[in-house]
Amino acid sequence: MKLTIQINEGPYQHQSSDTAYFFIKAALEKGHEIFRVFFYHDGVHNGTRLTTPPQDDRHIVNRWSELAQEHNLDMVLCVAAAQRRGLVDDGEAQRNGKDATNIAPGFRISGLGQLIEGGIQSDRLVVFGD
Amino acid sequence: MSDIKKFMYINRKAPYGTIYAWESLEVVLIGAAFEQDVSLAFMDDGVFQLTKGQDTKGIGMKNFSPTYSALGDYEINKIYVEKESLEERGLTLDDLQHLVWEDEDEDYAEKDSIRLVSRAELADVLAGQDVLFNF
Amino acid sequence: MAMLHLVNKSPYDACSLNTAATIMKDGDRLLLIEDGVYGAIKAGKAAGLLNGLQVSVLGPDLAARGISQDKLVDGVDIIDYAGFVDLVEANDQVQSWL
Repeated sequence: MKLTIQINEGPYQHQSSDTAYFFIKAALEKGHEIFRVFFYHDGVHNGTRLTTPPQDDRHIVNRWSELAQEHNLDMVLCVAAAQRRGLVDDGEAQRNGKDATNIAPGFRISGLGQLIEGGIQSDRLVVFGD
Repeated sequence: MSDIKKFMYINRKAPYGTIYAWESLEVVLIGAAFEQDVSLAFMDDGVFQLTKGQDTKGIGMKNFSPTYSALGDYEINKIYVEKESLEERGLTLDDLQHLVWEDEDEDYAEKDSIRLVSRAELADVLAGQDVLFNF
Repeated sequence: MAMLHLVNKSPYDACSLNTAATIMKDGDRLLLIEDGVYGAIKAGKAAGLLNGLQVSVLGPDLAARGISQDKLVDGVDIIDYAGFVDLVEANDQVQSWL
């Protein structure tokens, strides 16, 4: 089964990014393909590099980066949502005159077309949000 | 060459109190370029998105409600509004924008885009879709 | 085509369980996740919404919330994340009632 996952909420505020993470792990363990993980609305905050959660709690952002690296996942932050919320990679910094970047490893910023394409190319779209 | 899929964008949240209504529209507009078979559904508090006469000056937000009337130009003309949700909220079709599209196969005759459906009818519509977007 | 309906909010907080339960068709399945698991508590006012439906509940979310299985409506199927994946595969569409 080829899956596209949409995540609508940021880390910690809602359980959705946790549920999505465990769902994706289980799907990968079963041998399914994750076509894309698309972060929308406040979900783009899952890709912020500068979090310092308490030591005794899960590190959601790092967990995503590690999963992406281990399984070569395509993790996309929607550019419109990212711009609105201040998630910046090198390209966005250049284009919009920002003096810093803050995107975590394993994430890339791209357009809503990536979500649409995910819907077209995948067998299932599963949405996690509030 | 891929088959055309039936894309359904489901709207269940009121506008302005949260960003979901606007950011959902942004997906619809971008998605229009991908030539899939698109429908929109408005139910629960989503029916509030379509009210006429939205004036957002006092709350300092952009009034994005004119965008709904532009959907016809993007060839999006299947807009399902759920009866029970309207009634529960004390609204009628008259409270909503009159959304239309121009049918080029019938000399650009103006037709209604909004299809008022019961929950049971909407269930059948949803059952026939391929991809369901929620925000 | 059968649909998997996901409900992640408590029925005492939001209308999503009511909407899902009243729009589901024969053959569809309801999966309660996150705060949605509270909808399966037998003695709760919302339990009636589940009558006649095929219902699964995500076990880890129940356990996290201290809801023991004996408190649940009869006939619900308690699953884990692997079971969640299987349900997505077994149904043609997934509808997230957010």
